[in-house]
Amino acid sequence: MGGRLSMLLALIFPLRKDSSHFDCKILVNACAKPSSLSDAILDLPYEELSTHTFQDLLNFSKDADHLANDKFYQHRYIGRVTQQHWNGLMSEQTEELCLAQCLPCAAVGICSVHHSSPVQHGCVGLAMHSGRSKVPLLQNNLAMTGCLNGQIAGKKRIMGIREHFFPSNTVHDYDSNGKEALPSISGTTGTSSSVVNLQLACVWYAWHDGSDDNEEGSAVENEETAKGTDKGRKRTTPRTRRAHARGRDRHGDEEDEEDEDGTRRAGHRRHRNRRRGRAAGNEASDSDMEPAKARKNQANQKSKEDDEEEEDEKEGKGGKGKNEKKGDKKPDKKGKKEKANKKKKDKKKSGSGSDSESEEEPITEEELAKLKEEVEEKKKLIATLRNKPWKMKKKLSVLKEAQLFVEKFEGALGKGKGKKFYAYKVMMTKKWMKFQRDFENFKTACIPWEMKIKEIESHFGSSVASYFIFLRWMYGINMILFGLTFGLVMVPEALMGKPYGSLPRKTVPRAEEATAMNFATLWDFSGLAQYSVLFYGYYNNQRTIGWLKFRMPLSYFLVGVGSIGYSFMVVTRTMAKNANDDGGGDDTSFNFSWKMFTSWDYLIGNPETADNKFASITTSFKEAIVEEQESRKEENIHLTRFLRVLANFLALCTLAGSGYLIFFVVRRSQQFALEGLENYGWWERNEVRAISIIDVNTVMSLLGMFCPTLFDVISSLENYHPRIALRWQLGRIFALFLGNLYTFIIALMDEINLKARYLLSFTMFDIHIRERHYFCAVDYLEEEKIVKYNMTIWEASLYNGTIPENSTAPPIQVDPADVPRGPCWETMEFVRLTVSDMMTTYITILIGDFLRAVFVRFFNYCWCWDLEYGFPSYSEFDISGNVLGLIFNQGMIWMGSFYAPCLPAINVFRLHTSMYLQCWAVMCCNVPQERVFKASRSNNFYMAMLLFILFLSTLPAVYTIVSIPPSFDCGPFSGKTRMFEVISETLEHDFPSWFGKVFGYASNPGLILPFILLMVLSIYYLNATSKSYKEANLELKKKLQSKKIKEEINKRHKNQMNKRKIHLRQNSHQQSLKETSKMNPLQTKDSQAAAGFPCQGASDLHDHLLILSSEHIPDSKKGQDGNGSKKTGQPQEASSSQTLQHPGPALNGHYPPQSRGGNLPPPSIAVTRPPGPRRPGVPGYPPGNPCLPGMQPGMARGPPMYR
Amino acid sequence: TTYKGAFEERADKSQYSQLKMGNKQTIFTQEQLDAYQDCTFFTRKEILRYRDLAPQLVPLDYSARPAVTLPYELISSMPELKDNPFRQRIAEVFSEHGDGNMTLDDFLDMFSVLSEMAPRDLKAYYAFKIYDFNNDDYICKSDLEKTVNKLTRNELTPEEVSLVCEKVIYEADVDNDGKLSLADFQHMILRAPDFLRYLLQHHLEQEHSCECPAWQTTTPGEGQQQVFHVRAS
Repeated sequence: MGGRLSMLLALIFPLRKDSSHFDCKILVNACAKPSSLSDAILDLPYEELSTHTFQDLLNFSKDADHLANDKFYQHRYIGRVTQQHWNGLMSEQTEELCLAQCLPCAAVGICSVHHSSPVQHGCVGLAMHSGRSKVPLLQNNLAMTGCLNGQIAGKKRIMGIREHFFPSNTVHDYDSNGKEALPSISGTTGTSSSVVNLQLACVWYAWHDGSDDNEEGSAVENEETAKGTDKGRKRTTPRTRRAHARGRDRHGDEEDEEDEDGTRRAGHRRHRNRRRGRAAGNEASDSDMEPAKARKNQANQKSKEDDEEEEDEKEGKGGKGKNEKKGDKKPDKKGKKEKANKKKKDKKKSGSGSDSESEEEPITEEELAKLKEEVEEKKKLIATLRNKPWKMKKKLSVLKEAQLFVEKFEGALGKGKGKKFYAYKVMMTKKWMKFQRDFENFKTACIPWEMKIKEIESHFGSSVASYFIFLRWMYGINMILFGLTFGLVMVPEALMGKPYGSLPRKTVPRAEEATAMNFATLWDFSGLAQYSVLFYGYYNNQRTIGWLKFRMPLSYFLVGVGSIGYSFMVVTRTMAKNANDDGGGDDTSFNFSWKMFTSWDYLIGNPETADNKFASITTSFKEAIVEEQESRKEENIHLTRFLRVLANFLALCTLAGSGYLIFFVVRRSQQFALEGLENYGWWERNEVRAISIIDVNTVMSLLGMFCPTLFDVISSLENYHPRIALRWQLGRIFALFLGNLYTFIIALMDEINLKARYLLSFTMFDIHIRERHYFCAVDYLEEEKIVKYNMTIWEASLYNGTIPENSTAPPIQVDPADVPRGPCWETMEFVRLTVSDMMTTYITILIGDFLRAVFVRFFNYCWCWDLEYGFPSYSEFDISGNVLGLIFNQGMIWMGSFYAPCLPAINVFRLHTSMYLQCWAVMCCNVPQERVFKASRSNNFYMAMLLFILFLSTLPAVYTIVSIPPSFDCGPFSGKTRMFEVISETLEHDFPSWFGKVFGYASNPGLILPFILLMVLSIYYLNATSKSYKEANLELKKKLQSKKIKEEINKRHKNQMNKRKIHLRQNSHQQSLKETSKMNPLQTKDSQAAAGFPCQGASDLHDHLLILSSEHIPDSKKGQDGNGSKKTGQPQEASSSQTLQHPGPALNGHYPPQSRGGNLPPPSIAVTRPPGPRRPGVPGYPPGNPCLPGMQPGMARGPPMYR
Repeated sequence: TTYKGAFEERADKSQYSQLKMGNKQTIFTQEQLDAYQDCTFFTRKEILRYRDLAPQLVPLDYSARPAVTLPYELISSMPELKDNPFRQRIAEVFSEHGDGNMTLDDFLDMFSVLSEMAPRDLKAYYAFKIYDFNNDDYICKSDLEKTVNKLTRNELTPEEVSLVCEKVIYEADVDNDGKLSLADFQHMILRAPDFLRYLLQHHLEQEHSCECPAWQTTTPGEGQQQVFHVRAS
């Protein structure tokens, strides 16, 4: 029915637009049901309803008022009226009339049909509106009714109503934000149908939700455009049949068309909704820009309209009168019907309500999906609102709006629940983050001395820090070595081995007993200390000890070998790892930028930390500057090369000279010793005396003192980067030490047989104890024979020859302290050496650094020159010296730890104390180097030297183990010809015989050699593979980078495109506005005035710009095309009003100038921009990319594009 | 709830003794709190911190949205900001009129952005604004110089500073206009994650070390809060 009528109306109106009269009676008569009429009216484009017609309709509504059984339609009608009012089409009088009629209706309607929410919406909307414009009292009344009713209904829609209500009250406050006007608008339009409402809202949102929702907006629009074209096709049919239909209309024969009209109706509605939405948007933008002005303009417009329409009204009154008469007749007839229907409705209140809704407004799945999407969108907006870089005010208002929307349309999906869940999620995330942070803190706190090192690093740079990190790493290694020896050797022996005093090797000899407990003796690790678990000699050669049957000698052997193996493994592994780290992603393309923008740690909360941070940032900047300057240098390459060659030559000379010096001194001293003092004069005699006192060691120490300084001077010639200079320095000093050592050894080798033992008396404080080790071993071999012989003599004298040698008489009890000892060459002086080395280091620090600093600091007050900046000044931290000291010390530990299990323990202690002492000394007495340079945290150069030293220092140890028979009278291996025999012994006794056999075969050189060959081959293979992998890795990295850059470009491009699209859409929007302006010129003009676009200028200029932009970027064609299709689509779509368009302006007397329609974008968005000159070496971007230069200014000035 | 708990804790102070009676009294309406929670990364307890800054200035009842603005001096003396070299810029950027004086909304905005929950690009956007000292939407050389000087406390020589600035512009300026636009800045800073972790390892931070490096703040512990409280009052 309704469909048919709407069709009818649609047909009629275009015809009737010239004549201002519209005979409502025809309609009234024509329709059997008022519902269909009201429906039809609803479907009319409101622009086409003249005021006059409207009054007629109003009269009809009076009739409809009495048709109580169809209150639903009636109220929808009322809502429609409200809409009319809202659009400013009604005159003052009509309005009053309308209100007078509608309000009671509304009240009644609310009370009676509270299931049909659209009605409520309409009523409330009306009430709201009336209250706003005219009758505040009425508004209050209705508000009360509305609320009351809302409570009665107890439905979810209550919320919707309330929402409509409250925001509408606050519209005045929020007028500045266009979006606030939305609820009220949608509320009023909600009367017509919920679908309409939704769509309207969708469109509205799409248009006005800022840049975020543009795509959605366009989607909606496109869809509708498509529908519009469909409809356009259909549209032709009715037109051809126009006359026909009219005739049929007269006859009241409408039923034929009912079916096919259903679809069309929907199309109509959609179309109109869209337009309405646009209008609403228009209005909103009015209020957005200049609310006050807009309102004023509206008022003006109204008054104008009043003037124009006064005449019409007069006529209308006549018509109204007629209609009233008719209306009076009707109620009598329909009164009964009404009662009956009321009963029916009471019976199935809820059912009918929902039924009627579903019947009348079938929400298609498509629309539902769209709606859901919208709601999801809004929800997402709410969820991500906090991520938007807006001011709080904006955020709050957007939030409110979004919440309203969601609440209104979400329905049964409980919002509170979701919110709670969200809050829970947020809370959990926060907790989790806090936990993570705490855990990180905990982890950092677990790293020993991390804070100390960082503090040093922040003041002295990463190079000094690298020494301390190296020290810490060394500490870790020594801890493990200590754990091994302590847990597997010392503790078992102390607990389960034979106690002190039970054996000669476990007893202090009688001669030393008196001083065994003296501090000086103990300090020297002799006396009681020497005869304890700390040293090799104390251990017994029992195969098993204690109730656990602990195999002490085996354990001793395995621990010794194991710790050496472990050290090798760790050093090489660390080196490999460091190499990986160095090779892996060191992206320095934004080195300075990141330093500048991201180095400040916003977590810093106390001033000390802040100070450190400042220092660290400054240091890191300085480091980076040094690097930068280094890379910028290279001005005179030949000079530099020459100087470097010269420097190396000088360094070599120094090395050779020092070597020769040592050789010479050794030779000379031996010469003196051999030839005796008699042949020489006084001078030589003194010299010999001096040499025998000062010795080679002194020479070496002196060399060790002065050569590094010399190297330092030489390296300043080279002009290397300080990091590389440090390496050279380290390398040279290392070479110096080792060179001296080996010259010394070689020099000694010549004379070793002659006067070797002479060397044993030396007390040495330097590193060359190493070679002594050799000679100890060599010397003791000879000594051993003598001692053995002596011991048999002693034994023989003990028995005094009375008892035959092979008798079984019990041995005479002799105190173990009195038993003569065999020599124990294994107990060597490494422990003593380590301790003295430690002491020297500490004393050097105290005197050289601390006292110097104190002196400089305090005597500066009373000195003739500036001590702090003058000669002594404060010392710098000597990285190379310290690193080398550490490395040599470690070499000593490795070499000695096999024969002195206590050595790792002592070293741990030493490292521990030196960490604190040096940290303190650095912070307290040193000044940062002049050129703070960046050293990688894991310095592989140190590691390489360490590995070298490790190799060198384990060589003698392994040599002694493998090829020198152990002492017969001390240590766990006494009685064996070689130390490694423990293994075969264990195999023999503790393993089944076949195992021994297998082991024997396995250790066959015929098997071992191929195995070694295999290993070498596999090493070669792995090395080759790793190289190729590395290359592939590099290539991939390059590719990735270029891809990233491409993406970046695309992204920027896209952003720019989006901007253009928005811009285009705005343009099309303006065009559509133009259309509406033709239809409804007053309003649009008003909106334009209110919008206040900066360029009211010509649209042709705008078009020109558009063309420019489309030329500028090829992709914008798409947008252009879309725009074009929109343009073409629009006329079809708007075909119902198309015919109206041209005469329209003439009718109203206003023809908006063409130039006014298109609004220009703000001029600040430059569409074209000449590309600036390109710097030659901008990393990453291919030269001459056309799209890069143009986009920057637009991006920065435009609205932020965050999501 | 935490919110109530925070309130009670405050009520223990002698100057709030009159509040002891009205423990249930709320400073915000529930809706306000919810809205703030939706708009920021803050929980209620943190919202209430604003009041702690100046109990004598900020009214107890905030439900009527009183127009209260706290002066920059108070804001900058907060433990989170007082050691920050950019504190003034931060306050200026987030304050409504750019003068560093903050309303409650500004305050919440600020700490929302600074919180660790805030996403990286939001932080990047505000970071850009903070480093843009002259508010011209570009980070130009003078801005960079100011930044460096603030970061190093003027310990670099002018030549060094200008070298650093040139390098920064050289690195990050993609479009070659001699200054950094927002896009340049984002391009540069959004690549930083790995680097930031690296940075964190390399530089000193004594109190906290965490993965989400720059641009966050933690709420100080209760003790700190108390201390601060006393100072503010």
